[in-house]
Amino acid sequence: MTQPQMEMADSQTGAEPIIIARDVEKWYDNNFHVLKGVSLTVAKGEVVVVMGPSGSGKSTFIRTFNALEPYQKGSIEIDGIQLSHDLKNIDAIRREVGMVFQQFNLFPHLTVLDNVTLAPKWVRRWPKAKAEEVAMQLLERVGILNQAHKYPGQLSGGQQQRVAIARALAMQPKIMLFDEPTSALDPEMVREVLDVMRTLANSGITMVCVTHEVGFAREVADRVVLMADGLLVEEATPAEFFSNPKEERTKKFLSQILH
Amino acid sequence: MTTTTPQFSAPPVNQLGPWAWAKKNLFSSWFNTLLTIISLLLLIWVTTSLLGWALTQAQWDVLPSNFRLLLVGRYPVEFIWQVWLGVAVIAAVGGFSWGVLARQARLLDRRALITLGVLAAIIVVVLALLTNPVSIALALGLLVLLVLTGFAGQAIGRAKPQLGTWLPLLWLVGFLLSFALIRGLIIGRTVRLDDLGGLLLTILVAAVSIVLSFPLGVLLALGRRSDLPVIRGLSVLYIEVIRGLPLITILFASQLLVPMALPPQIRTERVMRAIVGFTLFSAAYLAENVRGGLQSVPRGQSEAAKALGMNPLLTTSLIVLPQALKAVIPTIVGQFISLFKDTSLLAIVGLTELLGMGQAILANPQYLGRSGEVYLFIGLIYFLCCYAMSSASRRLEKQLSAPRRAVEPALTTARPDGG
Ligand SMILES: Nc1ncnc2c1ncn2[C@@H]1O[C@H](COP(=O)(O)OP(=O)(O)OP(=O)(O)O)[C@@H](O)[C@H]1O
Ligand SMILES: [Mg+2]
Repeated sequence: MTQPQMEMADSQTGAEPIIIARDVEKWYDNNFHVLKGVSLTVAKGEVVVVMGPSGSGKSTFIRTFNALEPYQKGSIEIDGIQLSHDLKNIDAIRREVGMVFQQFNLFPHLTVLDNVTLAPKWVRRWPKAKAEEVAMQLLERVGILNQAHKYPGQLSGGQQQRVAIARALAMQPKIMLFDEPTSALDPEMVREVLDVMRTLANSGITMVCVTHEVGFAREVADRVVLMADGLLVEEATPAEFFSNPKEERTKKFLSQILH
Repeated sequence: MTTTTPQFSAPPVNQLGPWAWAKKNLFSSWFNTLLTIISLLLLIWVTTSLLGWALTQAQWDVLPSNFRLLLVGRYPVEFIWQVWLGVAVIAAVGGFSWGVLARQARLLDRRALITLGVLAAIIVVVLALLTNPVSIALALGLLVLLVLTGFAGQAIGRAKPQLGTWLPLLWLVGFLLSFALIRGLIIGRTVRLDDLGGLLLTILVAAVSIVLSFPLGVLLALGRRSDLPVIRGLSVLYIEVIRGLPLITILFASQLLVPMALPPQIRTERVMRAIVGFTLFSAAYLAENVRGGLQSVPRGQSEAAKALGMNPLLTTSLIVLPQALKAVIPTIVGQFISLFKDTSLLAIVGLTELLGMGQAILANPQYLGRSGEVYLFIGLIYFLCCYAMSSASRRLEKQLSAPRRAVEPALTTARPDGG
């Protein structure tokens, strides 16, 4: 679990790429240049952790991968599908990509089970029995099987986030995006969510995680990248990133989060 | 700090005696005491003078002799059973939904028993003064039907809990069936809409307008938030124009304009044209209320739905709209209550709904000077109907609210932006 996977680091030799972002640029409506040409290639099965100061555009960047944010320049290719600027082929992309949000965003009017089965039933058109069977397996995997018939409002934050992970996995995505999944949690609940993410990473799914959990990044990530001011500043293996960063910006950032 | 043995303490019971209660709530300061005394005097004065009038001066005979007119207007007497049948359908649907919604609890709890008791008492005592024994028996029969279907609904609801989501559809079907029965479209004799009157017409116009304006209002609210400028513009235009006009104007306009808008071979009855007016009017206000509900749903909800691959239609109908509507139930019901009361304007366009019928009766020289009696009775009926609607909405709201934890650690989902 802890051996570094150096060969994945910079050159994607061997594994084929599943996310290719080239010079992605984005302006918000108020002409705020939030992404200033970001490139990132992620190989199949790779776990990439994105770090960076608040407001540097991390959320915006990974939200372009499933077309929650449109972008204006550059190109993004997800599993061989070109994501056009006008978001035409979003349906095909969104089926490949699952997302977990900082605020969980569970549907409060539906039970846990319905939260997980809703999209498989309506989007994948699975019969109810199949959707529920898969959902129950996933809920067991994230350790909330016995809460399946409760409402999200009755669960703790950690439990809600694990349901959110199960809900995203129910669509059987090839890629999972995590946007600060533990930032809204009380400290004692962070661990249960990270544990689920760790097993998920070991299962071989491709993951891009925005997180400031250094322990998680060290242990699980194949690569850590640093974003600052809409640019990708540094890209390295966790070992190198944390103990021997090249860029000044990274050193400054690490000195801020490591105490 | 060491604590002693854990205490299993119940919350302190603060049962105040009647004197202590009165002291705390009514006479806590000289100002409150003054207010209490003034209100008490006012209350005594109003009730005694009203009672005095009701018992000595009022001539109540106007009510029993016109009771049928006030309730159903000039509906043909020999086919009045069609109305009973239609009302029975509504009672059955109502009882059934009551049972389904209360499937986890005791059906005849204290509150339900009190309500039923009061209703039965009203039927027996009040109706005995106003109408014939057959109608009283039939009205009591309706109560029995309500309870029986309640038990049926409870049993079926327990077996199939997902039934709850189908209740709105059941109401729509029950409503259409009831309407068809009353009009005599299925069995019996067809009754012209314009022959309906009194409370029946009031309820009919209000109910049809509510049912029709609801989907229209929801569509307008969604249209106002649409990404397509044409749809958005048209929705805004409609909503703002209608909200800028008095209801009276719209009612007159619909009487004149609906026949012009339709080909001449389609003759519409006046009631229909009035319903069109009420529907168009109500939809605009409903749209604004629903829009408020839509805005209260955090953006993260639709983002999560989109991220799961749901298209805009699915996102709106399964995620956003249910939450939005639930949030605005009290406002919407409030609006429907005002619509119900606004139907009294039908009298102005020459239709004899409850109020119009009252005026028609008072115009009869035989009943000259009985306006107090008639208006008091009409007011009472309006009040009962509105009170029933608002308490039903409170129950519905309680039923629909998803259970939450008492304490919510680290639950900050209220933030509208998930980024
Ligand atoms: N809808 C929007 N319109 C305009 N500006 C926005 C919008 N969303 C985000 N921004 C701005 O874009 C910048 C980057 O936002 P983003 O959420 O991507 O940052 P982040 O790196 O994820 O930060 P954090 O760690 O706080 O989540 C911020 O300065 C933010 O204020
Ligand atoms: Mg962010």
